[in-house]
Amino acid sequence: MQQLLTTSLAGLTLGMVYAAFALALVLIWRSTRIVNFAQAPMAMITTYIALLIVDAGIPYWIGFVAALLSGLVLGAIIERVFIRPVEGKPEMNAIILTLGLFVVINAVAAIVFGSHYRSFPVPFGLRGFEVGDVTVALTGFDVFSICSVVVVMMLLLALFRYTDVGLKMRASAFNQEVSRMLGVKVTGMLTLGWALAAVVGSLSGLLIAGGDLVYPSYMDSVVVYGFVAAVLGGLDSPVGAVIGGLLLGLGLSVVSGYVGSELVPLAALSILIVVLLVRPSGLFSHATARRV
Amino acid sequence: MLEIRDLTTSYGPVKALDGVTFTAARGKITAVLGANGAGKTTLLRTVSGLIRADRGNTYLDGLDLARMPAEKMPGLGLAHVPEGRGVITELTVEENLRLGALGRADRSRPADIDRVYSLFPVLESRRSAVAHILSGGEQQMLVIARALMAEPKVLLLDEPSLGLAPRIVVQIFELIRGLVESEGLTVLLVEQNARSALSIADIGVVLDLGRLVAHDEAAALAADEKLRHAYLGF
Repeated sequence: MQQLLTTSLAGLTLGMVYAAFALALVLIWRSTRIVNFAQAPMAMITTYIALLIVDAGIPYWIGFVAALLSGLVLGAIIERVFIRPVEGKPEMNAIILTLGLFVVINAVAAIVFGSHYRSFPVPFGLRGFEVGDVTVALTGFDVFSICSVVVVMMLLLALFRYTDVGLKMRASAFNQEVSRMLGVKVTGMLTLGWALAAVVGSLSGLLIAGGDLVYPSYMDSVVVYGFVAAVLGGLDSPVGAVIGGLLLGLGLSVVSGYVGSELVPLAALSILIVVLLVRPSGLFSHATARRV
Repeated sequence: MLEIRDLTTSYGPVKALDGVTFTAARGKITAVLGANGAGKTTLLRTVSGLIRADRGNTYLDGLDLARMPAEKMPGLGLAHVPEGRGVITELTVEENLRLGALGRADRSRPADIDRVYSLFPVLESRRSAVAHILSGGEQQMLVIARALMAEPKVLLLDEPSLGLAPRIVVQIFELIRGLVESEGLTVLLVEQNARSALSIADIGVVLDLGRLVAHDEAAALAADEKLRHAYLGF
C-alpha cells in the first residue's frame, strides 16, 4: 500500500514535469509543424543561468524568474535567427536543424559552463511530509513542482481562450494564410509561440534540476520522455500533452518502483511503439477532424 | 473605389494576369468572370497582397496597395473572402468573428458583433459551435460575416456560390446586394457561375488567360450572345 502510494506520488510529480516539457513541444508543433529537439538544451541553458545567479548569492526566486525570462528571449531568438529561414521549406530541414542546434548548444554549454556536475539548489525541503509516523514520498519541492506546472498551464489556457493575442496565435497555428488576410501578423505570432514554449520548457528544466545535478546533457533524457508524452497525447493537443505527461510519469514510476529503474528507458520506448501501432494520431489529436 | 491598373502577375514563366486595368466603382458590385484558369482568383490574391505583382498597381481610394503586405489590408478597408470558404474550422463561430474584428481600422469602439448576427441569424444560434460542424452554406455565411466584422470599404469575394445549393446562393447574393445598397460597400465578385453573378452585379469584366477581354454593364454582357458563348458558357 505504501509502495503504491510512493510510486503514484513520484509518478505524479515526474509526470507533471514531463507534461510541461511535452506542452512546450506541442506549442511549437501546433504552430510550426516542427519537433523542437533543441528544447532540451535550451532549457539546460536557462537552468545554468539560474544556477549562476544563485551561486552568486542572489536568492533562488530571482534566479528562477531570470531563467524563465531568458527562456522567453532565447525562444524568440532561436525562432527569428534559425527557424525563420526554414519555415515553409520541407519539414526534414527543420528537424535536422533542431537536432543540429541540440548538438551545438550542448557543446557550447560544455565550453562555457564546463562539463562537470554541479548541484542545483531547491527552495523547499527535500524531506517528505510526515503523516503520523509515516513519511510520505512527497516533498515540499514536489508540491511546488506540481503547483507551478498547473499555474503555468492555467495561464496558457487563459491566454489562448480569453485574449486577443491568444486568439491570433491559435488562428496562425491553424491557418496562416487566412490569418494574414484577417490582419494577423503571423510571423510575430510564431515568434511569440516559440518564446512561450521556451518558457514552459525552461520551467521543466528548473524542476528537473531542483535538488539534483546539472551538467550540459542533463536534459537529454527528458526530451525523449517529453516527446513520448507529446506523441501519447497526440502532438496536436495541449490537453493531450498534459495527460500524456501524467500517464507516462505514472507508468514509468510503476516500472521503476515494481520492476526496476534500469528498465525505465525501455518502458518509455515500448509505450511509444505501442501508441504508434495502436493509435498513431495519439489519444487526443484533432488531426482527422482537421482534414475536413 | 478600387482602381486596378496594368496589373501583371506570373507563376514562373506563365503569366496569370497580363496588364489588367479596370475600376470597381464605389457602391457597386463588379463581377469578374471567365473560365477556369482565366486568372480570376489570381486577380483577387494579387489585389489583397497574397501574391506579389510583377508590374502594375492597385489603388484603394487613391492609396497604392501594391507591395503592401496582406496583413495590412483589413486595416486599410479591404477584406478578402477566399475561395473554398477559409473558415478556421478549429475555432468556434464566435472566435472566427472576433478574429475578423481584430484587423479593423477603427478600433476605438468595440466590434459590433450583434449587427453581424442580425444579418446572419443562423450564426447567432451556433455562436459557440466549432466551425467545422457547420454546413457549407453556414460556413460561407461565416466567412462573409467575418469579413464584415473588419468594417471594410471594399469586399473581395471569391466564388461564394461554390458547392452550395441554389437556394442558399440566392440567399447569399441577396444579402450582398442588400449590403451594397444599404452601406455603399464596393464588391469585387469572382464567379464561375456567370449567369447568377451577372444577375446581381452592376458591372462585369471578363478575363481570358489573364487578359481583360470585356468590360461593360452587367446587363449588356448578359445580352451579348457571342461573348456569352465564347467566355461565359451560357
